[in-house]
Amino acid sequence: MDTLFLAEVTLAGLGAGALYALTGVAFVLIYKATRVVNLAIGEILMLGGYAFLGFAAGLGLSPWLALPLAIAAGGALGWLVERALIRPMLGESPISVFMVTIGLGSILAGVVQLGWGADPLRLPEFMPSTPVFIGEAYLAPKVAIGFVAAAVVIGLFLALFRFSRGGVALKATAADQGAAYSVGIDVPRVFSVAWILACATAAGAGVLIGAIGGISPTMGVFGLSVLVVVIIGGLDSIAGALVGGLLIGLVEALAGAFLGGEFKLVVTFALLLVLLMVRPYGLFGTHEIERL
Amino acid sequence: MRIGTLKTSYAADEALFDTPTQRLLLGLLALGAIAFPFVASPYWLFLACLCAINVASATGLNLLTGYTGLVSLGQAAFMSVGAYTVAVLEIRLGTPFFINLLVGAGLAAMIGILVGIPSLKVKGLYLAIATIAASVILHFLFAHWSLTGESRGLSMPPARLFGLTLDQPFSLYWLIMPVTCLMVLGAANLLRTRIGRAFIAIRDRDISAEVLGIPLLRYKLTSFAISSFYAGLAGGLWAYFFRVVTPESFPLVNSIFYLAAIIVGGMGTILGGILGAVFMTLVPELLKFVANWATPIYPDALAALAPVRTIVFGGLIVGFLIFEPRGLAEIWRRLRRFFHLWPFRT
Amino acid sequence: MTASPILEVSGVSLAFGGVRALNDVSFTVPEGAITAVIGPNGAGKTSLFNTISGFYRPQSGSIRFAGESLDGVRAPQRAARGLARTFQNIALFRGMTVLDNIKLGRHAHMRTGVLDALFYWGRAQKEELELRAEIEERIIDFLEIQHIRNASVGTLSYGLQKRVELARALAMRPRILMLDEPVAGMNREETEDMARFILDVKEEWGVTILMVEHDMGMVMDISDHVVVLNFGQVIASGTPREVQGNDAVVAAYLGSGDVGAIARRIKAEAA
Ligand SMILES: Nc1ncnc2c1ncn2[C@@H]1O[C@H](COP(=O)(O)OP(=O)(O)OP(=O)(O)O)[C@@H](O)[C@H]1O
Ligand SMILES: [Mg+2]
Repeated sequence: MDTLFLAEVTLAGLGAGALYALTGVAFVLIYKATRVVNLAIGEILMLGGYAFLGFAAGLGLSPWLALPLAIAAGGALGWLVERALIRPMLGESPISVFMVTIGLGSILAGVVQLGWGADPLRLPEFMPSTPVFIGEAYLAPKVAIGFVAAAVVIGLFLALFRFSRGGVALKATAADQGAAYSVGIDVPRVFSVAWILACATAAGAGVLIGAIGGISPTMGVFGLSVLVVVIIGGLDSIAGALVGGLLIGLVEALAGAFLGGEFKLVVTFALLLVLLMVRPYGLFGTHEIERL
Repeated sequence: MRIGTLKTSYAADEALFDTPTQRLLLGLLALGAIAFPFVASPYWLFLACLCAINVASATGLNLLTGYTGLVSLGQAAFMSVGAYTVAVLEIRLGTPFFINLLVGAGLAAMIGILVGIPSLKVKGLYLAIATIAASVILHFLFAHWSLTGESRGLSMPPARLFGLTLDQPFSLYWLIMPVTCLMVLGAANLLRTRIGRAFIAIRDRDISAEVLGIPLLRYKLTSFAISSFYAGLAGGLWAYFFRVVTPESFPLVNSIFYLAAIIVGGMGTILGGILGAVFMTLVPELLKFVANWATPIYPDALAALAPVRTIVFGGLIVGFLIFEPRGLAEIWRRLRRFFHLWPFRT
Repeated sequence: MTASPILEVSGVSLAFGGVRALNDVSFTVPEGAITAVIGPNGAGKTSLFNTISGFYRPQSGSIRFAGESLDGVRAPQRAARGLARTFQNIALFRGMTVLDNIKLGRHAHMRTGVLDALFYWGRAQKEELELRAEIEERIIDFLEIQHIRNASVGTLSYGLQKRVELARALAMRPRILMLDEPVAGMNREETEDMARFILDVKEEWGVTILMVEHDMGMVMDISDHVVVLNFGQVIASGTPREVQGNDAVVAAYLGSGDVGAIARRIKAEAA
């Protein structure tokens, strides 16, 4: 086998995997704080890409201004969604809440299509385009930048969770909402902040992904792969999202390179099924004990 | 106004339609359904058939998700199993349609059982994801298998009965509508036996149910099997109705559609499955009608139709879950109550 | 009571991680009598019931029921053999009416299959109607719950819910009826009703009863045999009178800080 080719595929896979991991972390953040499985994460990510396009191409702003604005727009959307759709569902069955996010995804996809049309679009170029070589292996510069950016943001998150008061509040809320509430943690605020941070992160990831592959109203299917990532990692595990993201990125790249593009999704989902049978709650997820 | 009804035997009390009013209403409905094809235009007949197919599939999903509490995002995929089986049998063997439909549904049921096996270990969302995985795998299979025509799919001849060719909405109506009615009746029957009670018990408190004598896995798989049998049958009807089956005929969003239908209609009620499926089938048509009507005023209306449908679809799911979680069936119940007590206010 | 035991628990131990919920528990339940299991909160009574039901698998020990070993018999089969029970935290099915909740109890003894059910012909219908008639005549009338048979269980008072749970357990064709705190949270009158029902079940139905209960007055009044559990161990057993006089029992209740009142009542009633 051609080792150079293999190396390049691996690098590309890890690059894509980093973006999966980043979005996966956003997903897990929401799940940990609010126990909501947010299936709209793919559409929120897509909206980030379109917001960037709107600011940069529509309003003619510099991409470096458009990027933070797109991220902020994602955060604002997160705040709104949590307030308007998630909070009223407090105490409802997890499945109902999960369906609300599916509905939300549909609404967002429709809005984007209404505003920008159904055709795929390209984002304005704003990243340096000098080729990157690791050893002899070529890596697309945008993918490399995506990887680094994702790594930095994930690193920031990990530091935040570990060392900040907010991180402690999040952990406490994740462990037991009632108990967290009774020791004075402002649980509603934890909910709100988690949604804002997660959606902002997803929007940022959307800009990176859009810069690499363009944007379209069907970009939300990225959310499907992210779902696989977090299920494999375990819904409530940040480490799981990291490992799962890189793993799925790699598996998809290898399947795409050696079997063909149409095999990507089926291979990852087959992997998922096998894993569910062996480890029902993912690699790192916690299994809740049931009592009679 | 109606006052309490007196029942004289347990059999009367256990009947599905236990009051004279209900029976009268049902009789009128049946007459209407029989008269409908003779007065309706082909367009309305087309819609009626489509509604009936969706009611059949939604009712199946309702048994699994609404009554047994197992969420599935694979209903469309199970339909595709029925549709492809029917198409292949019709093309290759030319067997009679009712055999094809039953074989398709049976195959779908078997695959349903297979997909349900993870429910041994996983619940809730993890199970829903397993059903998505199964959908992706089935889609891949159909898109790459020469027997199923790969990505081109299959075109098939129409169903035949006593030398008649069922290729128009008018003739298909007489196939689809009775089958759907039987399926709905079957579901309602199922729910008044020990099997229906076991489903609800599993949904409400699975571990207590087990201690009370209900083998969980067996009934979860039964629920999967029946639900996908319904899907397979609905898919078979769908195939006879459209006569072209491709891998894109049953996308994931269709599975979401059926889930949305039972949410909007009211989970865990037979009436809810019917109302929801009809409503969700008709809303896009209503939007089309509005768009046609609005075109003179707003020329881009037709272009905006597709995204607006997507938005309305999502909006209905969200809106019902937040404001009317028990769905149209609950609204219907309130209306009925109002008219029973009319003119006295409650 | 000299009747042969219907249930024999021997050397059962159950641990959750570090918590030893049951520690080498052995006792027998004589047929046709009322046996009470008492003990302070957290003593392991519910865990014992769950182990007998087959919901927990003990790390060691074995259970025999009606002369047959229950090892490797799963919970639903145990129910089918006649191990019926109620739950400490009422476990009714909220999506069903009272009548359907009761009917559910008979599940394991019915034969209706999927095809019968879909068509509701012949066997399915016959079986349903027979069940309905039997429940109406033997259970609903007996427990005096005619007025709520079509109510949704969520709307009922606590006491009535407990009564419906008893009805469901009776529909299970019990050989032994296990009641986990049948009168907890009930007022005086409801408690007396329930005690009367339990005695009637024993006498008229000939069903063996095993119950967990904190209400000492009731335990002492109606049980034939008492087993005392503390920290997962059997510390005493015998007739109510024997157990009342037992120092270890009094100490267990006092030591646990578990409502001194109960301990005082034990003494008062022993006197
Ligand atoms: N599923 C479980 N996992 C871990 N520990 C458990 C579990 N079930 C019970 N325990 C523990 O086992 C011990 C016995 O509990 P159990 O519920 O059997 O007590 P009990 O005698 O029924 O008490 P009560 O009178 O309060 O109902 C307790 O320490 C309890 O915390
Ligand atoms: Mg207890």
